[in-house]
This record gives sequence, structure tokens and C-alpha cells, in this order.
Amino acid sequence: MKTARTGWLLPLICLVVALPALAVDVPLDDPALEERARHLMREVRCVVCQSQSIGESDAGIAVDLRRLIRAEIAAGKSDDEIRNFLVERYGDFVLFTPPFRAETMVLWIGPFVVLGLGLAFMIRFLRRRPSVAMPSSLDAEERQRIARALGKDGGENAA
Amino acid sequence: MHRLFFILPLVVVLVLVAVFWRGLDPARNPASISSALVGKPVPPFVLPGLTPEMPGLGDADLRGQVTVLNFFASWCAPCRAEHPLLKELAAVPEIRLVGITYKDRLADSLRFLAELGDPFAAIGADETGRIGIDFGLTGVPETFVIDRDGIVRYRLAQPIDEARLADEILPLIAELTR
Repeated sequence: MKTARTGWLLPLICLVVALPALAVDVPLDDPALEERARHLMREVRCVVCQSQSIGESDAGIAVDLRRLIRAEIAAGKSDDEIRNFLVERYGDFVLFTPPFRAETMVLWIGPFVVLGLGLAFMIRFLRRRPSVAMPSSLDAEERQRIARALGKDGGENAA
Repeated sequence: MHRLFFILPLVVVLVLVAVFWRGLDPARNPASISSALVGKPVPPFVLPGLTPEMPGLGDADLRGQVTVLNFFASWCAPCRAEHPLLKELAAVPEIRLVGITYKDRLADSLRFLAELGDPFAAIGADETGRIGIDFGLTGVPETFVIDRDGIVRYRLAQPIDEARLADEILPLIAELTR
């Protein structure tokens, strides 16, 4: 009987405890804008917990940046404007996809250069192989030895 | 060409040794982010003081003389740890030490300063952390050295320690105030 009367208490406590979390991340009213905001949040690295995006992180600064991105989008800023805003303050590092520039060239082109080198070596190696390939056919003496080994001429078996 | 094939593994190994050797350097922190603000003017801002009587802080106050700007909060334990070194900095006559409280209640900041002493010539209160974002702050404490023209010359995204104060901050101040 006692549990029946106090059964509503646990959900209420959970709700009250969770309220601050809800208040922090208020989604935008327009679902299209909210989708844009979420997309941006996945692109932006959390500067404290660096392998997470700000969309995934509970760090204080990530929460602040989420709020800021929503505010900027609501204020009519474009995605690029918001990206530039963040890069000006936190550097290229804040974007998971770094911009294509002289300093980031190695990042973008490096893997393809390594792949190209690997392919070049592989092609060289494969081209070389035919030159060391085995003779195309057996000569007369080899054919005789095989015939002997296979027992067509019994006398040679022991030798 | 054939000889190259024999040398190649050795070259690869040497390159890897160099890369890993660099990775073993204890002074290197792969998680540290070079500040986007170094070499640029301080972002424009105006912040109120902790009480109506106390002076606030704005970017205009950071020009004209070499300034050390420290972001801190009462809830931040490392801020407490570096506080004695801030007092040492405040004693350097050529500079002005100013502070910004980051996401801290005004009453808590005041209590923190009453307990440990207030080394700052002026303090701005950034209760929402919005100005912190303009400074590219990743947390507190962080310390910036700003030259006479209001250009950020140095940023330390961790507590000040004796070694950094002696080897990095004080020499830079000496250079900037010359």
C-alpha cells in the first residue's frame, strides 16, 4: 500500500534532477534550423575532450558552444560564418575537417602520395616478375628424369 | 635501382625512429592547441566589475602598457594553486595584472579574493563565459600576455608554475617592456 502511494515520487525526483540538463540544451523551434545546428555541432571538435564533437560532449565549454551555435543560427548566420567565427577563436583544430590550405596540404595530399608510391613500387615489382619466370617447357633430359622417377624405368628408382 | 630496394627498409625504419622519438619527448603535449589569438589584437569586450564600486574591464584597458590577463574562477582548484604566482606577477612594476572571472558567481569570486588576496588592478566578470569564447578559452585558469598595442603575445592554457613564470612569462615581459 505504501509503495502505491509513493510510486509517483521516483519519476518526479528524476524529472526534477534532469531539469537543469534540459534547460541547457533547448532545441530551436524550427526543425530545419535545429537540424543545421546539430550538423554543425558534429563538425566542431570539443576543445577540452578532443576526440569528441561538441555535440557529444558534456564539457562546460561544449555546452556553451552548442548554445552559441543555436543562437547564431537563430540570428540568421550562415554555416560558414559560424565556422569562421569558431576558427578565428580556436584555430583550424576546432574543425574535424580542416580547410584546404598550404599548412594543411600534407594532411589532405599525404595519404594519396603514400598510396601512389605504394602503387608505383607494386607495379615495378609485378613488371619485373616475368623476367625471372621459369623456363616455359622442360628440356629432353628433365623429361627423361621425370619419367624415370615415376617408375617407367624401375631401375632408377633406388638412385 | 636494385640497391635502392635494400636501402629502403632502412630509410623507413629511420623515419619511424625519428617520429617515435619525437612522440617520446615528455615536453611535447599532443593535446595542446596553439592559440589562434597569439599575434592578433585582443577581441573587443566590456565587462562589469564584481561590485558596482569595483572597476570593470574592457579591451580599451589592455592597451597602453604591457598587461597580463588571467582568467580564473572560485570553483577552479588550479586557480587557487597558481594564486601565489599571480601575486608575484602583480609585484612586477612594469606591467598591469588584470583578471576576468569565468562563469563564476560574483559573491563566490569576491569570497575567493577576500580569502587569498586580490592581486588584480581590475577585474571583469564574465558570468556567462561568452567573452571566454572570444579569447578561445578551453578552461580556467588561462593567462595571456598582451603588449602595449593590445596584441596578444603569449597564451598559457594551464596554471602558471614557477618554471613557466621564470622561463617564459618574465623574460617575455622584460622583452616587451624594454
